[in-house]
Amino acid sequence: MSALATEGLTRDFGGFRAVADVSLALAEGARHALIGPNGAGKTTLVNLLSGALRPSAGRVLLGGAEITALPQHARVKRGLARTFQVNQLFPDLTPEGAVGLAVLERQGLTGRWWRPAAAHAAEREEARALLAGLRFSAAEMRAPTRSLPYGRQRLLEIALALALRPRVLLLDEPAAGVPPGESRAVLEAVAALPRSVTVLLIEHDMDLVFRFAERITVLAQGAVLAEGPPAAIARDPAVRAVYLGGPAHG
Amino acid sequence: MRPALEAGFWLLALSGFWLMPEQLPLLGQAAIAALFVLSLDLLVGYAGVLTLGHAAFFGLGAYGAGLLAQQGWGEPLSGLLAAALLAGLLGLLTAPLVLRGGDLPALMVTLGLSLMLGEAANKLPGLTGGADGLLGVEIWPVLGLFRFDLHGRTAFLYALAVLFLLFLLARRITASPFGLALRGIRGNARRMPALGTPVRRRLVAAYALSAAYAGIAGALLAQTTQFVSLDALSFQRSAEGLLMLVLGGLGALYGAMLGAIVFTLAHHLLSEMSPLFWQFWIGLALVGLALAGRGGLLGLGAALLGRRA
Repeated sequence: MSALATEGLTRDFGGFRAVADVSLALAEGARHALIGPNGAGKTTLVNLLSGALRPSAGRVLLGGAEITALPQHARVKRGLARTFQVNQLFPDLTPEGAVGLAVLERQGLTGRWWRPAAAHAAEREEARALLAGLRFSAAEMRAPTRSLPYGRQRLLEIALALALRPRVLLLDEPAAGVPPGESRAVLEAVAALPRSVTVLLIEHDMDLVFRFAERITVLAQGAVLAEGPPAAIARDPAVRAVYLGGPAHG
Repeated sequence: MRPALEAGFWLLALSGFWLMPEQLPLLGQAAIAALFVLSLDLLVGYAGVLTLGHAAFFGLGAYGAGLLAQQGWGEPLSGLLAAALLAGLLGLLTAPLVLRGGDLPALMVTLGLSLMLGEAANKLPGLTGGADGLLGVEIWPVLGLFRFDLHGRTAFLYALAVLFLLFLLARRITASPFGLALRGIRGNARRMPALGTPVRRRLVAAYALSAAYAGIAGALLAQTTQFVSLDALSFQRSAEGLLMLVLGGLGALYGAMLGAIVFTLAHHLLSEMSPLFWQFWIGLALVGLALAGRGGLLGLGAALLGRRA
């Protein structure tokens, strides 16, 4: 049984078919990458998987159960988390507060209105430990998010998803826009994800893809162009033609 | 806010009882306005939902408590509770309409609903007294002990006590995981569903809570003045509430109360000095504060204190 699968997933915007009949299957613990040129439909596909968009046709299955009709928050409760290509953070909260909020939400506590959030010591401690594992200093954990350097914010983007303890994690270009000096921490965080988490990596950076992924799906014009292990994808002439920039690459 | 400043705030408010014995009705109005703006702050400042029609809940609470007393049940505390339930219920029922779209639809829908309620009250003189207002409101002594007097002593202390208790509750709620989730929704409404938060449900709860607070504020006005007029439902009340909130500082409970008190007192003073032009000065103060920063009077005060420390 696949951890995450789609069957004939399709999404139209007016007359434009952004995602066309995409069928994917990620095994439990998979390290799967989704690549494709700009406009190939990668982000639309992530939005269909996470529930931010509804498909025009097709199904999404999480651990074998259909989740096509479930709203985003209900999919998260079933173990499907995502990060965003463009940071979606809480500028006024501290990393500790934001990750603490994610932990509280995972525990189903954000409807509680009497006991102070600060009195939930175990959740706060868990948030701190998670951030410490990503090498946030104590000072960084308590600074407003908007004051942090971009690379740290990118890590926090991942931390918020990890705090949900997902079974399946969608990473949408985790290293996008990170300056070279700071990207290492992001790559380490991605490499350190436990095997219990199934990962779908949507990425532009080919170095990261070929280092991390064990299977790659290539998307072009909304449809699956090729799928296979990295070596086969690198050799595939059709892929090279549309995406890898011809024989000159690698 | 520092404990010493907090204690100072409440002691100063209470000291009005002895320092301004001639002005107690005015101070009572200020306390009621503070509660109304507190309710707006819960919705606008914390949850980030905009409204131009919050007077609907204030007015419903006022007429609810007023009618209850007029019909022979003048016990004040149960009157407040009834008003809270009534307004909270209206909030619960209308929240799905208000939260459907973005900011602009929310403004339009809240404005539309409050105008409809105001017109309904106007057209039902048999129930509300229409343009003459609701007369014959008789309120029993608070806790069976404190009779409402002509000088407004009981009224002021009663309003201030209710404000204080509901402030404590609001502080408790805003510091809770629920309050944190509301700040998260205001901070980034796109991220919250990706954390697993049912955003709509949280906002509906915040809307109903804010409505109940506004209903209690309206009931306080009905009980302490023993009268309800169509003003309770007016657009001006909704708009002035927002002005007070921006004046004091959004997303801070003390800012909300400070804005209400300063606005009410300034309104009184300026309209005595220049009955026609007082709005000019309020407008000037608002423009100045808006240009100075987002935090209103409270933000200004914090910046001054911070600079000195």
